[in-house]
Amino acid sequence: MSEITVNEKKYTLSSEQEELTLLDYLREELNLIGAKNGCGEGTCGACTVLLDGKAVRSCRTSMKKVIGKSVLTIEGIKNNDGSLHPMQQAFIDAGAVQCGFCTPGMIMQSMDLLSRNSNPSREEIRKAMRGNLCRCTGYQKIVDAVELGASRLQNK
Amino acid sequence: MKSCFRNDAMRKVCGEAKFGDDFRFHGMVHAVPVYTEYIHAENLSLEIEDARSMPGVLSVFTWEDVPGELTAGQINQDYPIFVKDRIRSNSDVAALVVAETRMQALAAAEKVIVTADVLAAVLDPEEALKKDAPVIPEGKDSNLVNHHIVRTGDPDTALAMSSVVIEQRFETPFVEHAYLEPECAVCVPREDGGLEIYGSMQHPFSTRRFVCAYLGRPLASVVCLSHAVGGSFGGKDDTASVVCARAALAALKLNRPVKLLLKREWSMRESYKRVPYKMDYKVGFDGDGHLTGAISKTLADSGAYTSTTPWSTWRSTVQNMGPYKLENIRGEVLGVATNNVFTGAFRGFGSPQTNFAVEQIMDMAAEKLGLTPLEIRKRNALVQDSITITGQKLDNHTVSLMEVMEKTAETIDFERKYRNSSRGKGGKFYGIGMAASYRGCSVGAEAMDFCCATINIQFDGSILLDTAVFENGQGAVSAMMLICAEELGVPVESIHYQASSTASIPDGGTTVASRGTLVGGGAIKDAMSKLKPILQEILYPEIAESPDQVSFHDNRIWGTEERSLTWSEAGHQMYLSRVYPFAFGSFQAPRVSWDEENGQGNAYFSYVYSCQAVEVEVDPEKRSCRLLNVVATHDIGKAINPPMVEGQIQGGIVQGMGMALTEDFKIEEGRIKSLNFSKYKIPRMTDVPDMLTQIVENHDPLSPTGAKGIGEPAMEIIAPAIANAVAAATGERFFSLPIKLKKEIQA
Repeated sequence: MSEITVNEKKYTLSSEQEELTLLDYLREELNLIGAKNGCGEGTCGACTVLLDGKAVRSCRTSMKKVIGKSVLTIEGIKNNDGSLHPMQQAFIDAGAVQCGFCTPGMIMQSMDLLSRNSNPSREEIRKAMRGNLCRCTGYQKIVDAVELGASRLQNK
Repeated sequence: MKSCFRNDAMRKVCGEAKFGDDFRFHGMVHAVPVYTEYIHAENLSLEIEDARSMPGVLSVFTWEDVPGELTAGQINQDYPIFVKDRIRSNSDVAALVVAETRMQALAAAEKVIVTADVLAAVLDPEEALKKDAPVIPEGKDSNLVNHHIVRTGDPDTALAMSSVVIEQRFETPFVEHAYLEPECAVCVPREDGGLEIYGSMQHPFSTRRFVCAYLGRPLASVVCLSHAVGGSFGGKDDTASVVCARAALAALKLNRPVKLLLKREWSMRESYKRVPYKMDYKVGFDGDGHLTGAISKTLADSGAYTSTTPWSTWRSTVQNMGPYKLENIRGEVLGVATNNVFTGAFRGFGSPQTNFAVEQIMDMAAEKLGLTPLEIRKRNALVQDSITITGQKLDNHTVSLMEVMEKTAETIDFERKYRNSSRGKGGKFYGIGMAASYRGCSVGAEAMDFCCATINIQFDGSILLDTAVFENGQGAVSAMMLICAEELGVPVESIHYQASSTASIPDGGTTVASRGTLVGGGAIKDAMSKLKPILQEILYPEIAESPDQVSFHDNRIWGTEERSLTWSEAGHQMYLSRVYPFAFGSFQAPRVSWDEENGQGNAYFSYVYSCQAVEVEVDPEKRSCRLLNVVATHDIGKAINPPMVEGQIQGGIVQGMGMALTEDFKIEEGRIKSLNFSKYKIPRMTDVPDMLTQIVENHDPLSPTGAKGIGEPAMEIIAPAIANAVAAATGERFFSLPIKLKKEIQA
């Protein structure tokens, strides 16, 4: 049995589903549309989700590699009471959202960073997130947001 | 810092915002375009039977299935939905395969066979203008798309008498918009015969015009709906519209919802690019550094189709010599058809190209005359009541060029740092550069310019806003809501916006030219000037002695003696009085004028003034250039949503920096090689420093809200500022983009 967990829910994969990419599975099979397809080659980062806590490009991740593992998407990071995760709120407060196509991937990438470094410098944020492209913001407010989110999480 | 308002931020950080590809409908099927191997060819023949018999295939559509016009366009109607007998570029589409699933459609598209007789391709605008060049546009006798001119005074004599003459060719490349969301369209045929279109459109009304031209339908029979768009930057007009039209054609014929999603490779292959320029400038200065005369000739590569090249090149003509005083000029800009991918609107629209030439010329002259870049600009700057090269007297708004230049220079400490620039000496080279511009607001004399909005107070007092300004990611709708809230003295949360569509509001002109806040805000102000008297007239008896004593603030409607009504009470009262608290407002751009023969006139009703300065470090061993610091100052009249203005400035700078340094669009013999982000490198987070933005607010009397625009001013001068900084750092000038240090710097 091919079982996976997505946002704390368990799913069993059909043999057809095992042939999909993680991105297609999330979007087409589970209707989790937060992860976006920007390039299909793993360069832009818009499809970023966490696989066992680590950021992956879901467009380049085959479902076979996901079997037995746990996926976290942007739809799964809200608090249990439905309130926003501090990083989501930080993206709003810092003005880091413009078109929003890169935003879910940016937030997921930042969570990967914070799991390894809870208090990153601006330089460290830029280095850790350089694989996520944004064409609207010039990145500065995204760096602001990650800094803000990190400090709020530390003070929790 | 004032907090940021975005009406769409919550759904975007939750992954719930719906972009084109996020829409699904019961029974939806999938379409895939068929491209060809050809660049320029005729006698096209298609074999589609094998594709038709593939599993899941519902149909293969070609030009024969198009009920309306085969070609459409914003200026010249030459852009084909499907090619018929002639292929003009490698981006052309020959057919559309529709199947139950996308996988099936992709497989079947491989089976379509296209054959044609190859024609000689013309890929260079200079070659294309030669007498014996094959003519690309249908029904024309040459490849000349347009020819704009600006002329005044006697530039030949002025140049002959100049102390310093700079004569130089500058070139700018194709640039890809690289919006993160590739084009997608979903068309749903309705049971009443109408067509509903969702898609990544820059402007739903523009898309509707294209769709209805190709389908031969009345405008009112199609509705284009607005929803989240993943960036546009001028790039989701013609191509996004033809993608919508193809989906609509299939939906109409099959009576099924149809989705057409472009892969990134298709998007970069098919979508129009920034118009590449070859600019020959000859510019004179007197011994004190004052401009004396200029002669310029620019060839603009329009590619295979016209799109907005004539408008883009018109702006380059009007603003041919930067924000400077000059009495003698002959500037020509020619749009030329080639067999390259077609080109058109891209943030800046002809100015980033021209500025790349002019702003380097200013520095080149300064170097020869022993002036600093700031000093030579100050000596030539347009000031209050100056006359532009098109004969327009700048007397109806604050001409703040001097202010933005001085503010930029002071903040970044320009003069000192310029003196300390390396000029090719030392280990790592340091340099600083600046550039300035004035940018005509909105579309000017290139097109009609008006917009509209409605305010509709409901029975319970809730406020419904609708505007003909569309969201591409820039925050346009949020700005409209903020203006509306301020006018009525209510919290912005009280303003409701329900995603405008082509059926909810009249066309307000395209979402272009950094015009949204100005024209949409103007329309809201006009609506308010009609709505408030209606409310005052009905409501005053309860709270005041006369209508003019009724005012709107602190989330209530106030009369005299501290009497007031809640909005809910007001809504009820209006209903009981049987009077609609509803108003339609419009903004009519102030009069502009243009004499095409001489290129003279009041081209734009007002201007935005901008200056940016940048510090760079060039590593001669690695042959790399790193930005250290950027200071940007823009007089945008008034900032409605300051954090979003900053975001626009920062994003614009980084786009311009990409054009200057990282984005090298490869097109070989008419075939695009840069087909994805691994091959076309837009700036990454580590490529850019933190930037300092300074907003100057000289409220514009011609804008009802005082606000002008920022989208394009933000990106149009950083490339020459970087080129100037690199020159200060290395002692070498780069006359084409992107700047390729690798080839030219000697370590």
